[in-house]
Amino acid sequence: MAADASVPTLSRRVPRPSVIGVLGFAFVGLLGIWLLVNLIKTPADFFDVFLIGITLGCMYALIALGYTLVYGILELINFAHGDVFMLGGMFAITYATGIFNLHPGQGPVTVLIVLGTMALAMLTCGALNATIEFIAYRPLRHAPRLAPLITAIGVSFIIEDVGLAWKGPNYVPAPDVFPHSTAFSIGSVDVQWNKLIVIGLTIPVLLGLTYLIQRTRQGKAMRATAQDKDASAIMGINVNRTISFTFLIAGALAGAAGTIFALWSTTIRFDEGFQLGLIAFTAAVLGGIGNLPGAVLGAILIGCIQAFNEGLNWHAPGSDWTESIVFSILILILVFRPEGLLGEQTPEGG
Amino acid sequence: MTDVAIRVPTESVGFRNQARAWWRGLNPWLRVGIVMVLQLVLFGLLFTVDHALGFAVLVVSTIYWLRRLPDRIRQGATGGFILLMIILAIVANTPWTLVILLAVGAVMSFVPAARRDWVFPAVLLGLAVLYPFYADQMFTMPIFGVWPDVGTGVYMLVFIMMAVGLNIVVGYAGLLDLGYVAFYAMGAYTSAWLMSLQFSHTNFHFGAVGITASLPGIHMSMWLVLAFAGCVAALSGIIIGLPTLRLRGDYLAIVTLGFGEILPQIARNGDSLFGFNLTNGPNGITPLDPPGFGHAISNATGGFLPANYLQCCSRTVNIGFLHIHHQISSFDVFFWTAIVLLLITVFTSLRLQYSRIGRAWIAIREDETAAAAMGIPLMRTKTWAYASGAFFGGIAGAYYGVFRSATFPGDFYFNISVFILCMVILGGMGNVWGVVVGAAFLAYLNQEGLANTGAWLNANIHIAGWRPNFQVPLYASGIYGLIILVVMLFRPEGLIPSRRRAAELHEAETHDEPLYDHEIAGTEPL
Repeated sequence: MAADASVPTLSRRVPRPSVIGVLGFAFVGLLGIWLLVNLIKTPADFFDVFLIGITLGCMYALIALGYTLVYGILELINFAHGDVFMLGGMFAITYATGIFNLHPGQGPVTVLIVLGTMALAMLTCGALNATIEFIAYRPLRHAPRLAPLITAIGVSFIIEDVGLAWKGPNYVPAPDVFPHSTAFSIGSVDVQWNKLIVIGLTIPVLLGLTYLIQRTRQGKAMRATAQDKDASAIMGINVNRTISFTFLIAGALAGAAGTIFALWSTTIRFDEGFQLGLIAFTAAVLGGIGNLPGAVLGAILIGCIQAFNEGLNWHAPGSDWTESIVFSILILILVFRPEGLLGEQTPEGG
Repeated sequence: MTDVAIRVPTESVGFRNQARAWWRGLNPWLRVGIVMVLQLVLFGLLFTVDHALGFAVLVVSTIYWLRRLPDRIRQGATGGFILLMIILAIVANTPWTLVILLAVGAVMSFVPAARRDWVFPAVLLGLAVLYPFYADQMFTMPIFGVWPDVGTGVYMLVFIMMAVGLNIVVGYAGLLDLGYVAFYAMGAYTSAWLMSLQFSHTNFHFGAVGITASLPGIHMSMWLVLAFAGCVAALSGIIIGLPTLRLRGDYLAIVTLGFGEILPQIARNGDSLFGFNLTNGPNGITPLDPPGFGHAISNATGGFLPANYLQCCSRTVNIGFLHIHHQISSFDVFFWTAIVLLLITVFTSLRLQYSRIGRAWIAIREDETAAAAMGIPLMRTKTWAYASGAFFGGIAGAYYGVFRSATFPGDFYFNISVFILCMVILGGMGNVWGVVVGAAFLAYLNQEGLANTGAWLNANIHIAGWRPNFQVPLYASGIYGLIILVVMLFRPEGLIPSRRRAAELHEAETHDEPLYDHEIAGTEPL
């Protein structure tokens, strides 16, 4: 397919729409009609659900960025990432209740405590993720491609059981400190504080990450290593340290996501990480894996799809089918457009 | 690999190689002496803890140096050793099964290399077929406790079948399939649909045994259903494979993982798919019809093939001097049937390995581009690998559904896919015998071994008044994860490797080292 496109031909033909393209547009059109009908029937609900979708999307974005950063530099799907996120939530709960004694109704101090908790969780998860890379992936740097992938699955299961051994098989409760009161209203749509806080916590992290990658020396080293490891080594970049640093950043993002998720949903359980991680991975693939803005876009889309599916009333499949829908999207994207929406050049999509 | 590279000799590097060189440099008699002293000390220590453990260590360590003796005295020494073992065992009042097993093991280790290919499997098969008769006579294993009962044996055989099937996909063709459980589910649901009351608005009977002809639903003979389930799974493998197999390795893994997540959810939510009850939702489909050969075949073979597995067996086998008084139960018949199915699977798998398509799979695994250049049709070959693997997964799922007389959606989680993958990796990707051993061990661990190990640990560990309360089976998936990690890091070719696969996996060590990794190679960067 790719080879055909690159063969230069003399006759310049107008590209014909392929069957798959037409089907894809028809599907998106039907989806649009479904959303429109829902919007007309229950506008207040629609915007409410949309807002939940954005909130979910923000959290998925933080996790998806971790997948995409690691994939960009090592071409490795780090299955353990979702579980690092789960453990991040558990660390956050432990720090918040154990060290800072966080509980509802503390007033303005809550802001400081939440920020401190998040910083600690980010540090812990960053260190954890870099350690995982050092122990499990670095020795396999030159093994066949599938070897580190299989190892990643093993690590994922180990971390999941670490969470199980640490906090037990039940939901771990987190203090419910995000206020549920309405911040402001637009027409009949209420915007609650807790959603605003989630969005407000996510955006600075994303801005910080963009700054780190675009403007700093370390970020430049990361981008160079992602492009060509040997050439970067010749230019004096310590490749192994750069990869470690990438894992550290990815882990820190997972820690931030874990903190926000635990405080937002007020519970977390040892087996939630893998599922949410896979959903976030779908988001990264949807946006174009290896592409940072793509991961955020994909995450917002997936968050909205999930929220619409679970929250709308007219002919919505409901939460029983969320995973099927998300993974169907994953499969369709990988099969028909492996380069994702924003079209990053992966070896697959070129 | 890379354009700029340094060649590094790896022979004399590393602690392991140095230690080996030192050991080989010692006087041969000194070496035998050291081994003997070590093994006697070990035997003495272990014998006081556990007889079986002590004997096992003694046998294994003695075989080590018996095999290194010159041919002239080796046979005599071996005979003497076996005799000594039997006397020791009788004196120490060891169960006769242990003595027999150790003797068989000792004899096996002296089978000439040229005959091992068929002698080992034949002896193993013989021991397995007779297992129901001597299962209750088996000794208690150290740490793992009692030997598995025959029901667990059926479970083990079913999982060995699945692992051998997955080995075709992962081991031969090198395609990572993380959704193998989907084919297992497909097989299990096929047997449930065709052998139960699920579709009670129809009434279709064909060769079913043990039920009245007026019973509603589809009721077919298990033998047909097994073949049919295999074909359904293979077909679904082709349907899943055709659009996805052109993807690169890790993308394929993700797509299969996606299918492995979607299918169980459909099974779970399938009690009203547009108002139609397909899978009976989380309650599952139960009961299934009993399997059997029917009265005609049973009478024709003089009752050797039972008419109905659930009401067949009342014969008792008595062998007085070995304390065997065994009444054949329906579990035993299920067990033997599973052995026959597994034999078919292993035989097919071995024959496929060196067939035209098997060699094509290996070529694709080693280098896809080169294989394509040699004229191997990539898509068709990969799809065949997928379909063959799925076929055995389907049969295994169908048989296990019939054995338990139930099919539940809760049995088809991602964990099971990884569990089967873990069997293939532990045993040795690409080597059928390795996979059989790895799968048998892990399936046993999953069903009984982990619980027994936990009980042993909790009973035997006490450090300064502290007694643990490990719930080992709870952490099963973490233990499999640990096995995967350790095997991939230290012995990626598995316990019993296929020589070809091992060479491939260790290629990186003798290959050119990339420029940036000077820490591993032990050289300075340019």
